[in-house]
This record gives sequence, structure tokens and C-alpha cells, in this order.
Amino acid sequence: MRLEFPSKSQNESFARVTVAAFAAQLDPTLEEIADIKTAVSEAVTNAIIHGYENTIGIVTIIAKLYEGKIEIEVIDNGKGIEDIEKARQPLYTSKPELERSGMGFTVMETFMDEVEVISAPGQGTRVKLVKYLKSTGGELRRE
Amino acid sequence: MQISSHKSKHTLIVKLEGELDHHTADTVRERLDSILEDPSIKHMVFDLSQLKFMDSSGVGVFIGRYKVVSQRGGTVSVVHVTPQIHKVLEVSGLYRIIKKYSSFEEALAGIGECDE
Repeated sequence: MRLEFPSKSQNESFARVTVAAFAAQLDPTLEEIADIKTAVSEAVTNAIIHGYENTIGIVTIIAKLYEGKIEIEVIDNGKGIEDIEKARQPLYTSKPELERSGMGFTVMETFMDEVEVISAPGQGTRVKLVKYLKSTGGELRRE
Repeated sequence: MQISSHKSKHTLIVKLEGELDHHTADTVRERLDSILEDPSIKHMVFDLSQLKFMDSSGVGVFIGRYKVVSQRGGTVSVVHVTPQIHKVLEVSGLYRIIKKYSSFEEALAGIGECDE
């Protein structure tokens, strides 16, 4: 599944609901759906605030379903992250004036099983989120 | 996002309905700060029973309002927290500064003890 949308904050809700609807094919629990929605919301918000710094660019989401597993990539072509390790630290925010909590990556790491960040200054950012689902999957389970 | 509030003595009770994310955070922040211009408000109790979603943008909103009322010697509490929001609040370490209660009665009793 591939989704592209302008980096406007009103699309945050659209993005997380769409990915959650896509993930529903794997028959996830309510908690798993809530985890996926929350992590996608954090990654998309980062793309809008930090990647594009509230200018308009395109955010791309690529989601893939496997047996018992969902992989979601949230991609922007914005300014990129200089120090990924620092950005992932709890409470770190590059924009304290905006009253950001600095917990975005921590939330993603807690709610998903794997979080991979690929980024370089001027090269945009790609955040890969992986979640293993406790249920064995709906459609995909069937032979 | 709908915000309704009423005051009981020195406590502002706020009900948030809808989804609290980066998109809605500014509106919530502005509304709450204009209500908090009333200096007699010391404590805030948030009813989250109708809040359908919250991410770390909401955490920023709570921390900001906590800073305002804590300077007045007040507290921030949350009641009727859904499991998704509980997880976000817990991971963010927010329960170190705000208290979670299962009912308004408990929250108001907790605040009463603080003021004694």
C-alpha cells in the first residue's frame, strides 16, 4: 500500500486511520491497532514539523503486510536529521519553543517492535516501523 | 476537537472530546491558556473519557499547562483515561507530574488533601 499526501497537519489523522484500516486485514487486537495508529501519528508529525518545518512537501507512506507482521515506512524529502542518535533520545526536542515533549521516537519505540531511522542532512528522512502481531493474521493466514 | 469546561471553587474541570494530536494541539493550548487567565484557577482535572486518540503532541499540551498551574501551587489530574492514552502518558513519564484517578470524586478528594 502506498499513500502520498501533502505535509499538512490535518492529514495526520487521515494517515493514521488509513494505515490502521490497512492493518485490519491481519486481524490485530484493539491494542495493536492503537499502537500502530499512535506510532504512525508520531512519524507523520515529525515529517511535517521537523522534515518540512511546516512548509508543504510530500509525505509518503509505504505499508506491507506479511504473515503476522506489518512494515510501515514514513518518508519525507525534507531537511533530514543531523544526529539521529540525539533525535531518538527521550525528551530531546530541536523545537522546545513549540512545546514539543520530545517523546515522539520513544513512543514509536515502545509501541512498535522495530524502529529504523535512515536520514542525512538535506536527504530527507525514512522511518521504518515494524510490528509483529500476536494474532496469526486474517486473510494472509488462509492457504 | 471539542473542549468544555466548568469551574468548581479553585478547580477547572475540562472535558476533551475528539483527537488530540499536533493538528488540534494549538487550538486546545490557546483555549486552555485563555481560560487560565482567571488567576483563581489553581487545579485542573481533565476528563478524558471522550478523547479518542492522543499522541506525544498531547503530552506537550499537558506539560505546558502543568507549568502554569504548578506556579500557582496547583495540580493537574486526569480521570477516565482510555488504555491507548494511558500508555502514551506512562511512556512519556507524565505520571511523575500529573495524577490519574478513576473518578471525579477521587480526583477532587485528592486535590482537597493537597490544599489542606
